[in-house]
Amino acid sequence: MTDSGTINVSLNGKERDIPSGLTVSKLLEHLDLNPGLVVVELNREILDRGRYGEVPVRGGDNLELVHFVGGG
Amino acid sequence: MTPDVTDTPFRIDDREFSSRLIVGTGKYKDNATMIAAIRATGAEMVTVAVRRVDLDRTKEEGILYHLDPDEFLLLPNTAGCYTAEDAIRYARLARAAGFTEWLKLEIIGDEKTLLPDTHATIEAAKVLVEEGFKVMAYTNDDLIAALRLEDAGCVAVMPLASPIGSGLGVVNPFYIREIKSRLQVPIIVDAGVGTASDACITMEQGVDGVLMNTAIAVAEDPVAMGRAMRLGIQAGRLAYLAGRMPSREIAVPSSPSQGMLD
Repeated sequence: MTDSGTINVSLNGKERDIPSGLTVSKLLEHLDLNPGLVVVELNREILDRGRYGEVPVRGGDNLELVHFVGGG
Repeated sequence: MTPDVTDTPFRIDDREFSSRLIVGTGKYKDNATMIAAIRATGAEMVTVAVRRVDLDRTKEEGILYHLDPDEFLLLPNTAGCYTAEDAIRYARLARAAGFTEWLKLEIIGDEKTLLPDTHATIEAAKVLVEEGFKVMAYTNDDLIAALRLEDAGCVAVMPLASPIGSGLGVVNPFYIREIKSRLQVPIIVDAGVGTASDACITMEQGVDGVLMNTAIAVAEDPVAMGRAMRLGIQAGRLAYLAGRMPSREIAVPSSPSQGMLD
């Protein structure tokens, strides 16, 4: 269900409604994620961390949010 | 305790390490055990994986909430990748995190054995070295693949002891020694070590270091196993430097045969 205040994006492989008008920074804040530890891939392009505050999230965007986990 | 004979420094590219053991951070039952076990190993370099943030869980899931990147040099891996393209994508994501340009390149070629796709690994290594990554390449115990990876500009070549997570130890010491004798870059044996004697035997082959994860993480007492591995690595290195006696299939008495009573 999408009303005028939300947009639909693909977030880590799942369709999700998020508030419209967010930058990537604001989206991470909305998700309670530390921008210093998360890497954002927007439509298959890695987004420079310095641009999180200026790049808007648009309806239909494909976002991948990754970080380091335990591994060998 | 460090070996008290003269050893050459363990250097990979421009970085010198006092420990010849590199450890993974996966499969631990909890983060406190992981940190304690890694400290017990004395390792300075630790591997981490790149994965999606789980948006349904708390943010403390990320390993950097528990592991200080100032205490350990992070070595992100491309574990789980089956193609050069995927591995390159993961490598770029890892570097974009902003902590390191070091990379453990790992491309799997077979789901059952988890043996590496050496052809894809060589292709990916060429691209990533060109992009400025310090590539440490996980590979088979195959001399030709190892030589190609060195040619591609990898800062270290990491042949397996035996399949990932198998705990079988070094299945082919001859090939490991051959790779060590023919390459200039450091040789780190990666994967397959099961217990401290395996670590020791691996180091006795003359390789520069060992990378392991599961053997420590799934031991009943990971902290004790971490310490055992540290000592096993040191014992193996020391034995290698000491120069072992030749093995032979016939007994030779160690007491004099002269001077026996009539």
